[in-house]
Amino acid sequence: MVYLIRWLIGKLRHRTTSPAEAPDAPPGRDEPAVHPRGDRVVRSARPAAPDGTSGAPALSVHHLSKRFGARVAFDDVSFDIAHGEVFGFLGPNGAGKTTTVRTLGTLIAPSSGSATVAGLPLTPDNGVEIRRRISIMPESPGLYLRLSVAENLGCFADLYETPDPGDRIDRALRAVNLADRASDACGSLSKGLRQRVALARALLPDPQVLFLDEPTAGLDPAATRDVHELIAELRRSGVTIFLTTHRLEEAERLCDRVAILNTTLRTIGRPDELRDRLFAKTLTVKTLIPLPEPGRVFAGLPAVDGWRQDGARDYVLAVSDPTLAAPAVTRALVQAGADVLSIGESRHSLEDVYLELVNEDEEARRR
Amino acid sequence: MSVSRRRVRAIFRKELREYRRNRTIVTGMAILPLIFLVQPLIAVLNLGASASGGLARENELLYLLAIPALVPATLAAYSVVGERQQGTLEPVLGTPIRREEFLLGKALASFVPSVAISYAVYAFFLATVEIFAQPGIAPALLRGSDLLAQLVFTPLLAGWAIWVGIAISTRSSEVRVAQQLGILANLPSVVVTSLIAFNVIRPSLVVAIGGAAVLLILNRLGWRMTSAMFDRERLITGTR
Repeated sequence: MVYLIRWLIGKLRHRTTSPAEAPDAPPGRDEPAVHPRGDRVVRSARPAAPDGTSGAPALSVHHLSKRFGARVAFDDVSFDIAHGEVFGFLGPNGAGKTTTVRTLGTLIAPSSGSATVAGLPLTPDNGVEIRRRISIMPESPGLYLRLSVAENLGCFADLYETPDPGDRIDRALRAVNLADRASDACGSLSKGLRQRVALARALLPDPQVLFLDEPTAGLDPAATRDVHELIAELRRSGVTIFLTTHRLEEAERLCDRVAILNTTLRTIGRPDELRDRLFAKTLTVKTLIPLPEPGRVFAGLPAVDGWRQDGARDYVLAVSDPTLAAPAVTRALVQAGADVLSIGESRHSLEDVYLELVNEDEEARRR
Repeated sequence: MSVSRRRVRAIFRKELREYRRNRTIVTGMAILPLIFLVQPLIAVLNLGASASGGLARENELLYLLAIPALVPATLAAYSVVGERQQGTLEPVLGTPIRREEFLLGKALASFVPSVAISYAVYAFFLATVEIFAQPGIAPALLRGSDLLAQLVFTPLLAGWAIWVGIAISTRSSEVRVAQQLGILANLPSVVVTSLIAFNVIRPSLVVAIGGAAVLLILNRLGWRMTSAMFDRERLITGTR
C-alpha cells in the first residue's frame, strides 16, 4: 500500500524495491534469463542487412538446452539466423519448438548453452532490452476477449512504449486487413480474425526478430494466404522471422532455411539442400509395355548410377545429375524402340524429409 | 531500476476495462459490500432515539472495515491466475514489462475500485442514517475518530489484502480456488476489525497507531513476498 501511494505521488521511481534489495526475490526467479537492470536503453536501429548474408546474425544459438527436472525439452541446439532471414522451425508435437521460442524470447531460462538474440547475449541482465527488440506471437492468440481490437493493441502499444501508438495501431491493423474491425470486441471475432489481431499485436513494436509460433494454425485458406503474404512483406522489409509450423508446404514456400527439431536438432539447411542430403536424385520412367532388356538400355548412360524396376512398367533410375541423365535416358529408350509414356525427375518434398527424420527417431526409440 | 508509468498505466487501465465488462467480478464487488451494509443499516434504522446514548460508547461502524479487507482480495486473487487461464499472460510477459510494473498495475487496479467502494459504502451508510434514522442516532454514530479510522485503515487493509491476493494468484492454477483462498487469508483482518467494532478489543489511540504500524509493515512484507513469488517461468510453463 505504501508503494501504491508513493507511485501515485510520483516518487516510486526512486523507491521501488529492486531484486537486489529484495532478499526474498533471488535473482532469476522472475526473469529467468532476464533481470530488470538500469535505465531504459534507447532502441538500436535495425541492422540494415536484410540480404540474409552480411553482418552479425540476428539470432545465434550455441549448444542451448532446456530441461524441466528429468524431462528434456530440447538439447544441444545450435544455429545462426541472418538478419532478414525467414527461418522455419519444424518438429513433431513435444519436440521442444515452443520451449525454444520461449527461451529465446526470455520467458524461460535455458539450462545450459548460450545465445545472442537481436544482437544481445541471452543473459539475465538483457531480458527487458531483448524483449524490446523482439516480438513473440504465441500459438494461442491470448487476446483480452472483453476488450476491443483497438483496446487490445493500445494496451500492448503502451507496454512496448511505442511512440505515436495511434498511428502504429492503424498501420498494424491495415497490415492484417482489420482496419474496419478496430472497435469490435475480440470475443466476437472468429478464430482466424483473432489470429490476425495477434499478428497485428506482434507487429506493433516494429521488431528486429519476430517469433511466430504456428501463425496459421486454424486459419482458412484465404486467411492463411494473407498471413503468408504478410510474412513475405515483412521479410522484404528486413524483419528476421523465426517461424514454427506444422505446415511443411508453408515452411517450404516461405522459409530461406529450415531446421527440424525432435528434442535435438536433426537437420538444418535450405529445403532443397535437405532433400538432396537425404534422398538420392532419381528419374522415373514409365513405358507402355515392359522393356525386354532394361539392363542393356540403362547401362552405361551418363550420370545414371543404377536402376531398379518398380512394378511391371515403371523404372526408377538413381542419377547424379538429372539434367544430364534425362536426355541420355530418352535417347536410349527411343533407340531401344520403347513406347515411353513419361520420364520425370522424382521430387521429394520437405514433408518427405521431415517424415524420414522423424520416423528414424521413432525407430531408434523403439530399438 | 526505473518503473515505466506508461506500462503500469497500461495494465491498470486494461484491468479496469476488464473488470467493468466482467459480470462475475462486478457482481462479486457488489455483493460483499451489500452484505456488510444491509444488516447494520437495518439495525441502526430500527433503533429508537433513546438508543443514541449507548451508540456513543460503541464503534460498530468499524465493522465496515471488513469491506476493504475482502473486496480487493477477490479482485487481486483473480489478477494473475485469471490472465493465465485466459492465455493472455504469455503475450504480456513477452513484452518489455518488468515484474514490478506488472504487479503495480495489477495492485492499483484492485486498490482503486476497492477503496472507492469502501469509502462510498461508508458515505452511503452515514448519509442514510443522517436522513432516515431517529433523531440523535446520526450524531452518536458519526464521530471524528471513527471517520479517521475509516479513512486511514481502509487503504491499509486493502493494500495488505491485495498483496496477499496477488501472491495467492501467482501460485494458483484456478481462479475460484485463488479467490476462496484470498478471502480465507484475509479473514484474520476481518476478525480483528470485528473484535474492535464490538469492543472485545478496546479501541484506543495506542491500538490505532499499533494497528496502522503493523499494517504498514505487512504491506511492505506483502510487496516483497509477492515480488519474490512472481516467477515468470513458473507462470508460463506451470513447472519449477
